[in-house]
Amino acid sequence: MLEIKQLNKTYGKNRALTDVDLHVPKGVIFGLLGPNGAGKSTLIRIINQIIDADSGEIRINGKKLAPDHISQIGYLPEERGLYKKMKVWDQMLYFAQLKGMSKAESKSRINTWLGKMDMLSWREKKVEDLSKGMAQKVQFISTILHEPALLILDEPFSGFDPVNAEIIKDEILELKERGTTVILSTHRMESVELLCDQVAMINKSRKILDGSIREVKSSYRPNIFHVTLEDLQAPLPSAWKAVEDGGLWHFSLALEGKTPNELLAELMQMGQVARFQEKIPSMEEIFIHQVKNRDYE
Amino acid sequence: MNKIWLVIQREYLSRVKKKSFLLATLLTPLIFPAIMGIFIWIAVEEKENQSLRIIEVVDENNLFFMESSDQYAFSFSDRNVEEAKELVQKGDRYGFLLIPKIDLKDPKGITYYGEENPNMNLISYLESSLRKKIEDQRLYDSGIDPQILSEIRTSVDVTAITLDEEGGERVSDATVNYAIGFLAGILIYMFIFIYGNQIMQGVIEEKSSRIVEILVSSLKPFQLMMGKIVGIAGVGLTQLLIWIVLIGTLTTVVTGFLGMQMPQQQALEMAQADMGEAVPNGELGEILAVIQGIDFVTLVGAFVFYFLGGYLLYGALFAGIGSAVDAPSDAQQFMLPVTIPLIVAYMGLFVFVLQDPNSTTSFWLSIVPLTSPIAMMGRISYGVPFWELLLSMGLLILGFLATTWLAGKIYRIGILMHGTKPSYKTLWKWIKTSN
Repeated sequence: MLEIKQLNKTYGKNRALTDVDLHVPKGVIFGLLGPNGAGKSTLIRIINQIIDADSGEIRINGKKLAPDHISQIGYLPEERGLYKKMKVWDQMLYFAQLKGMSKAESKSRINTWLGKMDMLSWREKKVEDLSKGMAQKVQFISTILHEPALLILDEPFSGFDPVNAEIIKDEILELKERGTTVILSTHRMESVELLCDQVAMINKSRKILDGSIREVKSSYRPNIFHVTLEDLQAPLPSAWKAVEDGGLWHFSLALEGKTPNELLAELMQMGQVARFQEKIPSMEEIFIHQVKNRDYE
Repeated sequence: MNKIWLVIQREYLSRVKKKSFLLATLLTPLIFPAIMGIFIWIAVEEKENQSLRIIEVVDENNLFFMESSDQYAFSFSDRNVEEAKELVQKGDRYGFLLIPKIDLKDPKGITYYGEENPNMNLISYLESSLRKKIEDQRLYDSGIDPQILSEIRTSVDVTAITLDEEGGERVSDATVNYAIGFLAGILIYMFIFIYGNQIMQGVIEEKSSRIVEILVSSLKPFQLMMGKIVGIAGVGLTQLLIWIVLIGTLTTVVTGFLGMQMPQQQALEMAQADMGEAVPNGELGEILAVIQGIDFVTLVGAFVFYFLGGYLLYGALFAGIGSAVDAPSDAQQFMLPVTIPLIVAYMGLFVFVLQDPNSTTSFWLSIVPLTSPIAMMGRISYGVPFWELLLSMGLLILGFLATTWLAGKIYRIGILMHGTKPSYKTLWKWIKTSN
């Protein structure tokens, strides 16, 4: 769906993107991760043709990125904005038409969406009279009215209360079901694990890892196992820092060159193995680990 | 193109539909006739209700007989100064005029005493009647009958006729031309300031509320900027059109109504009092001839051209400034280079152009694009050579293209920049950046 090759962008002396390659398959939710100032926003702005890259290539469905792609892309920026004095209805109509939709079609889709989100009574309200959550919903609908093939959401859940965040999450999943490709830029790792099929992480203008969530996690296994033993045959080495809890001993062990089976065999000699489980890193841990490691390099 | 049209529509409708637009548009033209109406009404009321003010005259020469008017009556008695003062203090007299023994060739020491500060009207009335008396007296003394002199007095009026290249003639009049140039120049000046500011506010609103990020993902920054400028121009033209219609009808109705209320005689007297002398009947016809002599097609055409040209030229600059800052208060530092040429044009209009429309300074002011929209309107009713008009208009179009190009460069980067206060140096960097 989206193919990015060797993308570079500098602002004066600052590098915003360095040789970034990205492959986003059709119909997935793609997590774009990275700390503030890493270059995510620059990348998103380039895909939206708000700014131009210095070099590199972007293709959408095999075609070079061009102005007529605008109608196929939906963009929800991190910093949202609506015209305060404009009515909800007029505002949505304006944004939909700017994306190239006809007036008649825009109207019918706005009605459908307002009905779906239970917002029909807000039609004639001015944005300044809406609560923050309501305005966020208006903004979200405005982003997807033209049924974009590629939806770019920058921190879509910020500003939503848990109930509305859930509604938005369900909408994103539903869009994915219908074949929309979604790029989700966020710091919130729990939403990444919940929603994303694939991720890419950007730090200091470079892409530092990418792949499916499972791939990323397995390549970052720390090779540590959580173990629980009972009926101990002998005291455990004090270096293991085992914690006793009603006859159960809990501790974590690194493989240190052994295979998991070899380690398990050793443990079986020491007592009854009640639990032997590999520690799976959370995306958050990988994120922090990656960013910190690179910072010290 | 289609998207620019959408922006124009939004900018236009969102402003025209506002209640404040309706109020400002409807109330402003009411203000002029209302003020005029109030003045005329007060004048009429005063005439009708005024009590006669009696002024005591103490004339030590026994020479002056002051003729009473509607407002002032003069009483002559042989009272001395002290007695006269007493009369005024008691309120029996409005004031008193002391004419000591004077030398007619060099009258000095004539004094007016009053309870309250005398108004200009009274003093000038006193001065002119005294002058006339003294002059008459001196004429008699030199053996000339003032009657003869007033018969000899002739009124001379020079009719100015402008010859155009085809040999046609038209009557022109400096006063009418002055008024037209003055009005047109000020209108354009005000329009540029008021609506230029609206452009700037609009850009700042979109930038600070971050709507712009969504907008520029749908259309080019340049389209957005031009849409806003043109949309707001539409608002201004709409307002102007409504005003012209409203002021025209209301002024006619109000003055017509009050004119009928005012007795003919009084109206005539008032007019005469204002001008000092009676208006010769021919002058009214002459004004009409002058108005007929004005080339309205050129005038209106030029007005619309300079009105829009000046607005577009400055509008782009205002948009550029708005895009560079985060809040209206930050805009001040960049306003100076925009306001100075405007003020130069405005001052130039009064100091040079309207005084001497054909001077070198007037010529340059009306050619340079930054000042020409205001300055040229001051010259146009006097008649401007065709090539000068063409040059000025051509340069204005070039100027507009240049400022739009410049502003577009600043705008496309400025609207995405937040939190930094740009300096002129950064603006220059933005202009130089190629994409």
